[in-house]
Amino acid sequence: MPERPNLEELRREAEEAIGAAGTAAELEDLRVRYLGRRSALTQVLRSIGELPPDERGPVGQGANAVRKALEALIERRDTELGSAELQRRLAEDSIDVTLPGDPPQPLGHLHLISQIRRRMEDIFVGLGFSVLEGPEIEYEYYNFTALNHPPEHPARLPQDTFYLGERVLLRTHTSPMQVRAMELQEPPIYIVVPGRVYRPDTPDATHVPMFHQLEGLAIDVDITLADLQGVLLAFARQMFGETTEVRLRPGYFPFTEPSVEVDVSCFRCSGTGRVGDERCPTCRGEGWIEILGSGMVDPNVLGYVAGKGYDPDRVQGFAFGMGIERIAMLVHQVPDLRMLFENDLRLLDQFGAGP
Amino acid sequence: MKVPVAWLRSYCDPGTSAEEIADALTMSGDKLERLDRSGVGDPAGFVIGRVLEAEKHPNADRLSVCAVDDGSGEARTIVCGAPNVAAGQTVAVALPGAVMPDGTKLGEAKLRGVRSSGMILAEDEVGIGTGHAGIMVLDDGAAPGEPLAGHLPIADEVLELEVTPNRPDVMSVYGVARDLHAVTGAELAPDPAAEDAEASGGDQAGDHASIEIDPEICLRFTARVFEDVKIGPSPLWLKQRLLAAGQRPISNVVDITNYVMLTTGQPLHAFDLDRVRGGRIVVRRARDGERMTTLDDVERTFTPEMALVCDAEGPSGIAGVMGGQISEVSDSTTRVLMEAATWVGPNIMRTSKALGLRSEASARFEKQLHPEQAIAAQRLAARLMVELAGARLVPGTLDEYPEPREPRTVPLRQERIERLLGERIDPERVGEILGRLGFEPSGDGWVVPPWRDSDVRREVDLIEEVARVHGLDKLPTTLPARRAAVGRLTGAQRLRRRLEDVLRDRGLSETVSYSFTSPRALERLRQDASPLRLDNPLSEEQSVMRPLLLPGLLDAAAHNTAHGRDELGLFESARAFRAAGALDAAPAESPGGVTPAEESHHLAALMTVGRRGGWRTPELAADFYSARALVEVLLATAGADWRAEPSEHPFLHPGRQASVHAGDRELGFVGELHPEVAGAWELERPVAVLELDLDALEKGADDVYRDVTSVPAVRQDIAVVVPDDVPASGVEAAVRAGGGDLLESLAVFDLYRGEQVGGGRKSLALRLEFRAPDRTLTDEEVAERRAAIEREVEKLGGGLRA
Ligand SMILES: [Zn+2]
Repeated sequence: MPERPNLEELRREAEEAIGAAGTAAELEDLRVRYLGRRSALTQVLRSIGELPPDERGPVGQGANAVRKALEALIERRDTELGSAELQRRLAEDSIDVTLPGDPPQPLGHLHLISQIRRRMEDIFVGLGFSVLEGPEIEYEYYNFTALNHPPEHPARLPQDTFYLGERVLLRTHTSPMQVRAMELQEPPIYIVVPGRVYRPDTPDATHVPMFHQLEGLAIDVDITLADLQGVLLAFARQMFGETTEVRLRPGYFPFTEPSVEVDVSCFRCSGTGRVGDERCPTCRGEGWIEILGSGMVDPNVLGYVAGKGYDPDRVQGFAFGMGIERIAMLVHQVPDLRMLFENDLRLLDQFGAGP
Repeated sequence: MKVPVAWLRSYCDPGTSAEEIADALTMSGDKLERLDRSGVGDPAGFVIGRVLEAEKHPNADRLSVCAVDDGSGEARTIVCGAPNVAAGQTVAVALPGAVMPDGTKLGEAKLRGVRSSGMILAEDEVGIGTGHAGIMVLDDGAAPGEPLAGHLPIADEVLELEVTPNRPDVMSVYGVARDLHAVTGAELAPDPAAEDAEASGGDQAGDHASIEIDPEICLRFTARVFEDVKIGPSPLWLKQRLLAAGQRPISNVVDITNYVMLTTGQPLHAFDLDRVRGGRIVVRRARDGERMTTLDDVERTFTPEMALVCDAEGPSGIAGVMGGQISEVSDSTTRVLMEAATWVGPNIMRTSKALGLRSEASARFEKQLHPEQAIAAQRLAARLMVELAGARLVPGTLDEYPEPREPRTVPLRQERIERLLGERIDPERVGEILGRLGFEPSGDGWVVPPWRDSDVRREVDLIEEVARVHGLDKLPTTLPARRAAVGRLTGAQRLRRRLEDVLRDRGLSETVSYSFTSPRALERLRQDASPLRLDNPLSEEQSVMRPLLLPGLLDAAAHNTAHGRDELGLFESARAFRAAGALDAAPAESPGGVTPAEESHHLAALMTVGRRGGWRTPELAADFYSARALVEVLLATAGADWRAEPSEHPFLHPGRQASVHAGDRELGFVGELHPEVAGAWELERPVAVLELDLDALEKGADDVYRDVTSVPAVRQDIAVVVPDDVPASGVEAAVRAGGGDLLESLAVFDLYRGEQVGGGRKSLALRLEFRAPDRTLTDEEVAERRAAIEREVEKLGGGLRA
């Protein structure tokens, strides 16, 4: 019978060889050499039966321990070699990560007016107002008469209103929807009405014949002018920034009484009137920007829908109307109203990132 | 309204700066537009001087060399070109360094060899008059060296206020002073129109003239007669006030009419009584086509809507708007008929608009003045005529006032103020405010003063007065209780946003075009139906309401192409308009919620690029299928069950277009633009378009759960070979017929034409998915379906490819 190999030596030799194996093939050769059927270790394990009984245990355990250790070592080395191999392959697959993505994913844009309109709608929805829309081709009755414009009111003249027939016109404001909405729904009513409006103005930097407004109306038994201030302050802070203040000034509109003009503190210069050393261009140095007209709904207007539950002695409320383009121009510093209707992608593509 | 601050302070002076006065007025409703200066900016360097000597200039006939005492103790040499300069005069002097109204700084200069250090001033040189014929010669009371500003109003500030249409009372300096008094509490001077002049003589106004009015167009007409009138220039203080208020001084009588108007808000007109033919004034409607030349030297033609002031022979002025030349006051005038009338506001407004003629007078009359104001203005004018024009006021006033107005009393409930404003205002404070504005308490209400008659009619109007003067800045900030109110977007609005986002997220940019377009654009799109037309368009280009959004997108495409951007993806989301019936049948009463025209919300898109190219992806031009793909994703997003059908829109490529249908509704179209139409907009690239009527989409029901995980589906790909003229929809219908209920879905994933299927035929590869709701399908069941599909396909003249 052959001499029994020294297991410790065998183990040291094998460990060294496995650690040095550089390829999967080399490792396989080593596995056959040290653990294969004809390997010294296998011979030892096979010949255990021939040993005296008292030696069988220790020798068997020793040889098995060496075998397990070598198996684990080979497996670990195999994993190492595999990942090195993969790494090499991946390194060869490297690309220029500074090239643009492909195919290009073009970024479309909502029109600036739509972006601002949606922001405004969302703010008022949060404040409890529903969004309604009304016809753009409107009856004179809804656009003027029921809004307390006397028959001789100059806004009714064809210089200020587009007509499509007798008593049919393009609405000059979103206010006619106040009356339409009240005809349809009893109080309480809380609505905002965004939409296109029309006036025969020759285009210049602040006039175009079609633009957008957002109307607001709130009627209940106890709505006050102070509530109007609260709603508009909440709106202004969400639209222009948390530190914005609002200022009510007396004004005049045929369909509100009292009527107020509403200014917001300038968000560009924080109401100081100056940007650096220059006069603030947004508020023209005044610190305040006029953004809308409003007031308490005139009892005469409620009188037109008194039969629908709007008895002016019982219910009251406020209305407001603001120009969407004006707010878009203020927020985004667009200098000329006409630009918003040219549909020039060089302009439209500038807006649309962010919320 | 231009309000000179010094003039304003003469009635009410809160002792604060012009800026603070402007703020106080702005916050009470008289908004400052602009704060200007009149005269010199800085009064330093302008002093009183006395001419000690005035010698002829040795080298120039028209110049004088003057020695002027400027109070410094040493005489100053000033070369003066005025013909009226003379020794002993007290004059106004600008010293070197003084800044003139035009901003130039006065320096020393040599004039024809003589050094001149300073300037003796004419009135126009410091903006207190228009005269330049000579220097101002002042009263002798002033001592040389005293600041000139102490004697002449050479430096003033001017508030330009925006007056709302309901406030004719603040179109007057005293009216503004009253508001200033109300908000600041500073004392208000007595009404300058309260006191009358003393008449003299034994005659009566009626001996000199007579008046006759049409009460429909004239509420009151007053006239007074003045004799021995001496026409001449107005005093400097008056000229300065007029100039600062933006009026050019002309002569004392004309200046008085303007001054009284600016003070009280009531316009007047002065006639040369000797040129009033027949000494008779007749107020009547114009005859159709009647003509007259107005003071601005324009001949104007009238309609019977318009009111004229005539004499015995013909028109001499347009009532409330502008006088005529015929009886204009001139240098030779000695007898004046002073008119102060009350006209019907809306009538004046219509006349002024129709003639395109707005004047200071019409701007006031159109806001409706009260008849009491006419007589008040007569009082102030009479005093000034006597004082400044040396006139004799003839006793008596010609006064046609057919329906005298009773003062109005408006009730006011204290609790109503709080209920409307959300703020309690002390009753004493309420009384103080209304009292300062000229309202007088009477029982439960307040008597409205004449100058507020047109505006304050109801309790709510009084509350507005209280609120604006008390200060809106004191108003609390609260939120409504919002009982039962829930804010929301409607389903249609939410869906519209989603569909817009779908297009945006696929790289299309939203445009906003005018709702009106040109008839020519619709002609180019071969639209037959006549569109809704504006009666008064700004131009033919914007004269009809668009029945579809396409023309706006084409304009936008043309604009961007012309500016070098021709790879386009554009969309618009807006209304399209069609006639719903005759528009002239509109009711004057509430139409009860109906709409005059048919409006529907459309979503339209235009693209010239199907897929954008990259560095390893070739670009694809837009074609029918790239637009159709958008329709597919839009309508899948909307949950619509839809189909495309061949269509014949004349503006689309005849072989590459479809109409889009859902149920029995036609939603719109998709296709490639007809090359001739593209050419009309100068678009060279192929253009694919779509337009859908979102209002025609059925409101989808909420989705309901289906079990698709418990039982597996069986997938099978088939290739259907059919004659070329069988459309994909035909194949699909056949496959569905054969597949029956078990066929859950089907999708085309390849199209092949070529040798393998033979000429005139095509092969469509379809992916089928079969599923039974309650069991796993067996191979036999699927094979059966496949056989049934094959039978259906054979009916089309085709078959399945192995
Ligand atoms: Zn600012």
